[in-house]
Amino acid sequence: MFKTFIVGLLLGMAAVGGVLYAVPVVSQHREASIISVRTNGGNVETFYVSIPMDRVLLGAEGLASPVPPDLVWPEGMLSGELNAELFKLRNTRDAVVGVASRVAARGPDQEAIIEWVLHVPARGSAYVTMQPEALEGGYRSGVLRHGTREFGSLRGSMTERWVAAGAADDSPGDGRIELEIAFVAVGGSEE
Amino acid sequence: MKYLFALLLGLVFGAVAASLLVVFNPLVSSASLSPIEVSRNELIVLNYSGVAEDAVLHTNNGESSANPQPARVQQLWEPAVRQTDVTVTLLSGARNETVGLGIKFASWSDTTQLLNGEAVVDSLWYVYMPGRGSLVVGQRENRFEYLRDIVLPAHWSSSNSWKGQWRGNLTFGPGLLGTGVAVGGSGEFAELDSAAIETLTARAYSTENGPVAAEGQLTIEIPAALPAGSLDGDVASGNTPAEAP
Repeated sequence: MFKTFIVGLLLGMAAVGGVLYAVPVVSQHREASIISVRTNGGNVETFYVSIPMDRVLLGAEGLASPVPPDLVWPEGMLSGELNAELFKLRNTRDAVVGVASRVAARGPDQEAIIEWVLHVPARGSAYVTMQPEALEGGYRSGVLRHGTREFGSLRGSMTERWVAAGAADDSPGDGRIELEIAFVAVGGSEE
Repeated sequence: MKYLFALLLGLVFGAVAASLLVVFNPLVSSASLSPIEVSRNELIVLNYSGVAEDAVLHTNNGESSANPQPARVQQLWEPAVRQTDVTVTLLSGARNETVGLGIKFASWSDTTQLLNGEAVVDSLWYVYMPGRGSLVVGQRENRFEYLRDIVLPAHWSSSNSWKGQWRGNLTFGPGLLGTGVAVGGSGEFAELDSAAIETLTARAYSTENGPVAAEGQLTIEIPAALPAGSLDGDVASGNTPAEAP
């Protein structure tokens, strides 16, 4: 009987070890990436942020209507008019795939800083620094400064564009931010 | 019959023994000293409160022990983000003065492997320091020891809480020496490409509210080639996409 107990003991230990080895403790849900290939190389992917639905945070000094409404912004502690926003990030199928932050401020030499961080849990994060000047058509472009995991071996650019909502019952500030990323693997050509 | 009983008893004992061995694996221990802490380069040390209630904003799926803050913040309940926490917090310097704003994105990782003592979180800090510039710190965290030493004892305790003194180095990659990657974006950090670590000091934890007394520290190595010291400058908001012409 003691031998049977020992066999059971070993089987129990093996079962726990096997389950922990074979069954993932964490399984991140991943939406299928919707990527198109450019003719001159690289991949293009578009993300959206619906305003106001996807806005998680809108914080700035002296803001009359912060998001969330009960936000207590650290007034006077960040020496200036830093504008920080957090959003949920959607793909072209309108599914939430991640979260993103957009920070607008001024640098040490008073130059404008506009920076995005796109965080897609199943894929990684991308840090994009934007050109402060908007281009013709309301675009603003930027470059991928750093990426983690899937974005770690990429370089490329991103554009942001504000698309106002067209429906009659929409508020003036309603619309969406369109983020189009064009990344290539390091070593490839990106135009 | 008695052989079946012995087998079942053995299975139960074996499962319990294996579980305890995984949790209290003597081979699992992180380095107590990070290579950054003995670096000769300048270090930027940024402190923050590890308590969600002290943050400017903290959001998660609403089911975690740390409650979203403020109360009316949107929660991350969608499948793709429900294992993600986002924290916006003030960062302070050595004299406890506010030096910047930090935004931390943290998601549980598919690479978590409890058998190896790895409870992996992929995280990225965005740091903005008025008058100095901005940078990000990308890292892989191992929260196994935090879970083993704090969260588990809190759940086992009849008071549903833990009190003590715990200090741990959360960062364990992706750098070869177990450091995170710090990359600059603007200002004096524009050319920064360096290493960073995050440490956590915890004194109290509650199963209902998460960390009750905890301080975090982000240490960023500044290579000698980069300009050191803070610059004066005011900060003003940039245009939002809606304001773009």
